[in-house]
Amino acid sequence: MMEIFDIYLAEAIISGILLGGVLALLALGLNLIFGVIDVTWICYAELIMIGMYGLYYLYAVYGVPMWLAVPACIVIVAILGLLLHWIVIEPLLDAAPINQLLATGGVLFFLQSFATVVFGIDFRNLGIRLPILAIGEMHFSYARLLAFGAALAGMVLVYLFMTRTYVGTAIRAIAQDRQIMALMGVDTRRLYLVTSALGGSLAGLAACLLVLQYDVHPFVGLSFGPITFLICVLGGLGNFIGGFVAAFLFAQIISLGGLYSDLEWGYVLAFAFFILMMFVRPQGLLARRS
Amino acid sequence: MNPRNPLVWLAAAALVALPFVYKQPYHLHVLVLILIWSFAYTSWSMMGRFGLVSLGHGGFMGVGAYVTALLWNHGGISPWIGIPLAMVSAGVLALIVAWPCFRFRITGHYFALVTLALSGIVLQVITATRDHTGGSLGYTPERTKGSAIAALQFADKETWYLIALGVWACGIAVWYWVDRSMARYAMEAISEDEDAASAAGINVTMEKIKITVLSAVMTALAGALYCQYQMFIAPDTVSGISVSLQMVFAVVVGGIYVSMGPTVGAIVTIMLAEGLRIGLGTKAVGWDNLIYGVLLVLFILFLPKGILGSLMERRAKTAK
Repeated sequence: MMEIFDIYLAEAIISGILLGGVLALLALGLNLIFGVIDVTWICYAELIMIGMYGLYYLYAVYGVPMWLAVPACIVIVAILGLLLHWIVIEPLLDAAPINQLLATGGVLFFLQSFATVVFGIDFRNLGIRLPILAIGEMHFSYARLLAFGAALAGMVLVYLFMTRTYVGTAIRAIAQDRQIMALMGVDTRRLYLVTSALGGSLAGLAACLLVLQYDVHPFVGLSFGPITFLICVLGGLGNFIGGFVAAFLFAQIISLGGLYSDLEWGYVLAFAFFILMMFVRPQGLLARRS
Repeated sequence: MNPRNPLVWLAAAALVALPFVYKQPYHLHVLVLILIWSFAYTSWSMMGRFGLVSLGHGGFMGVGAYVTALLWNHGGISPWIGIPLAMVSAGVLALIVAWPCFRFRITGHYFALVTLALSGIVLQVITATRDHTGGSLGYTPERTKGSAIAALQFADKETWYLIALGVWACGIAVWYWVDRSMARYAMEAISEDEDAASAAGINVTMEKIKITVLSAVMTALAGALYCQYQMFIAPDTVSGISVSLQMVFAVVVGGIYVSMGPTVGAIVTIMLAEGLRIGLGTKAVGWDNLIYGVLLVLFILFLPKGILGSLMERRAKTAK
């Protein structure tokens, strides 16, 4: 009896790590936008939902090969991010933060209903089943391993972009001081657009990975959107490493909580943990207390 | 709105007299919905107007509805006792979340996201305890076999119209009561600058907690009323993030800083949804929210004070 239990436990822990990779990718995109532009995209998960539909239509309906469909899907969501910034955020840059939050809330409504009207409310999936990897008594789907690997690769790419390229350095500088950078002759407007496109492309990558594992429907964003915000707040909004740590912590809580009971209780535990942490570390996990 | 203005009393008399003259059930049904949601939106705007943007009110509404219904079905406790208990539960929940938030100066984005977590928790708890709450399939309070008054279940729309009207009027009265109180000046000072307000001798944490708990308790009442009126509640219709966003949206459309703003917002959004539903039939699924979303963005870009707020501002300008 004890041995079976241990294998379940190990499987849950590894599942949690795999989930953590994807959550960390989700949190990275949102953190990037927040850290650089100081705006929260409430509709972030809905961009991902559109990306999931994008890949579904390209691959399963129009038969575009996967190696072409995935980059196309990433580009589509990147353009959506660009448009979101250009149309909605830019006119509101000087408005109260709450107005920015609400405007992206409006975009959330819009994208959700757009998907309902255009794609319908049926659950859809790619129709490909990746094989299951069995190690001893434990079972993992290749889809999850692939998602984990691609999420890590995406994060490494963003890290390299931010540290090794001129534009990346400028983006990091602008996150530190908005006013000074404009005085230094940096075109902040262009950098904001680049950042939005980058945030969008991360959402696009996440979309491609999620649609491998889950069905897509217009309200799918609600199932992982809130958790992404919580991870970002828990890690400290705009704090990349904090978000990374928080993503794995959350994934473990969900996965282990789900082991003892239903998956919803895993979420409830994670939410409760979040509120508890707000008592203890209101500025985020890794923030130094002033 | 001056209480000495005879027009106000005339309008109030007309509203009370309406169900005795006009009995078209569908129109009364829409009016009851407008009144209940107006009350909920007014409750939200009580704190929203001071810059405390909560996305957790879907949670308070869910607590109000589900606690009332669960006490009735499982304990046989009349809603007359159940509703106050539900309101107290929402107040306690608000206290648990608000205290650390305000104590540690969690404001703006952070406050909105923490309260977002709250509506997420309430939604997940309702779904997870599906053995008792029916989960995402929804929940129905049992029809009473005894007195309708004790069970607060009425079949006719007229009674419900009068109840909803009374509660809505109380909500507006509370709005004015806060508007005239010292708390309003304190809250306005806090929303301008917390440090300065604190230096001026305002207990920042306490003032914010008071207004949050008041707003949460009222929202729970709206949820309980909605449950008793519709006799069916589902996690998606009374709690969760979409309900929270819907409240914010309606208030922004109507006008966040004026007493009747949330009511105008409720009238506009509910008429829009019903109009689309009748006009488009089953095709309407999604269209109402599509238009909501576009309108919300447009309003924030071009008319951040809302319909009524902007109209009143224009009138005040021309009057000068």
